[in-house]
Amino acid sequence: MKTRLDEQTIALRVAREFENGMVINLGYGMPGLCADFIPEDRTVYFHSENGVLGYGGLGTDEEKDYELINASDQPVTRMPGMCFFDSAASFDMIRGGHVDLVVLGAYQVSKEGDLANWGRPGRPATGMGGGMDLAAGCRQVIVMMLHTTREGAPRIVNHCSFPLTAKHCVGKIFTDVAVMEVTKDGLVLKEVAPGWTAEEVQALTEARLIVADDLKEIAL
Amino acid sequence: MAINKVFADCDSAVADIFDGAVIMIGGFGSWGGLPINLIVALAKQGAGNLTVISNQGGVGFELSHRIKPGGYQDIGILYAKGQVKKFIGSVPALGGMPPTSPIELAHKEGKVEIEMVPQGTLAERIRAGAGGLGGFYTSTGVGTPVEIGKEKKVINGREYLLELPLTADFALIKAHKADTVGNLIYRGTARCFNPVMAMAAKTTIVEVDELVQPGELDPEAVVTPQLFVSRIVEVPR
Repeated sequence: MKTRLDEQTIALRVAREFENGMVINLGYGMPGLCADFIPEDRTVYFHSENGVLGYGGLGTDEEKDYELINASDQPVTRMPGMCFFDSAASFDMIRGGHVDLVVLGAYQVSKEGDLANWGRPGRPATGMGGGMDLAAGCRQVIVMMLHTTREGAPRIVNHCSFPLTAKHCVGKIFTDVAVMEVTKDGLVLKEVAPGWTAEEVQALTEARLIVADDLKEIAL
Repeated sequence: MAINKVFADCDSAVADIFDGAVIMIGGFGSWGGLPINLIVALAKQGAGNLTVISNQGGVGFELSHRIKPGGYQDIGILYAKGQVKKFIGSVPALGGMPPTSPIELAHKEGKVEIEMVPQGTLAERIRAGAGGLGGFYTSTGVGTPVEIGKEKKVINGREYLLELPLTADFALIKAHKADTVGNLIYRGTARCFNPVMAMAAKTTIVEVDELVQPGELDPEAVVTPQLFVSRIVEVPR
């Protein structure tokens, strides 16, 4: 059994994508971890749907201020220059393309960059939250997910069987075994986890992967 | 003499909420920003057949312990008491929680209808209702189950869906401070859906941490202007 990256390590790799000055939204669940791995030479501004821009990192549960949280209900820290606004203004920022990058979790991503991240069989009452607005409105959409389900089934597929969040929205996918980019020719495998081969990643992926000429190991 | 908007307690502030009313409930979902004391008063008052418009459906007292030690009441109490016939919102139940929230149980038993609305579309439908607009076009939801039954239009080469306004008979709101005239300021991320909902109801009832005299709030910092606010109850947390 090959070693897969843990969630913190995926977050560390995703955070390398953050460019100086970017406004970034971190989606529900695992993407929130990225707030703690901003590269040292860069300043970014975190946006959250519930109406905050420019918070610091994640706070601790022991000192949680329940009126200073992100949309995943995680405590966040104050930072000079942060600001608050209401939900309508928050989604103007999202739909209007004023948020540079969003990192979202996913149940499934298709080879064409379709995203399914809110509804699953047996839970008809769970909702999409702000995911559809983020996927449709942000300038870049990155997905951070585990490569397969707990049972080992592929989650990077030809066509999503779960209800869609948005079509053709995903730019890059970061998983516990690989980094992939959605292109007009298909899914390009750019990086593999240390010790993994392209063939081993393909075996866990339903969609056909195009192996990049300059395939690299994920650098940590 | 100014009209008195200040009520002594939450019970008297929600006393006239009637069966079949449409009610917006502010906040984002969890403790911060939620008008908890007004919700509990509404549960006690007992009005039924309600339509609730809120971002999240509430997790109920039992699951709330996972969010805040000691737990707290939320909108879940209204389904548990069978007061709600329809919920409109973006997260009726949280996928990260067990499927035992009051709304998820009530929905499974066919006791509550759910209209799922993307969060930004929800905020904008409320703002449209507040501002007297007939609706708006958004690209959110195109190509997903959300587009079913909606008018589609191509504007500047992009596909959009027509979304219609939302208004309510009552809005239950949480703010940080009010002056006795009804101007409101909020605290931190507890602002969220409260300001837009305050603008979209016939009667807006607000629960505040602190009530102050006119002149004590900086007019430059007021978020919700007083004409949107009908009733104020001071409930220090």
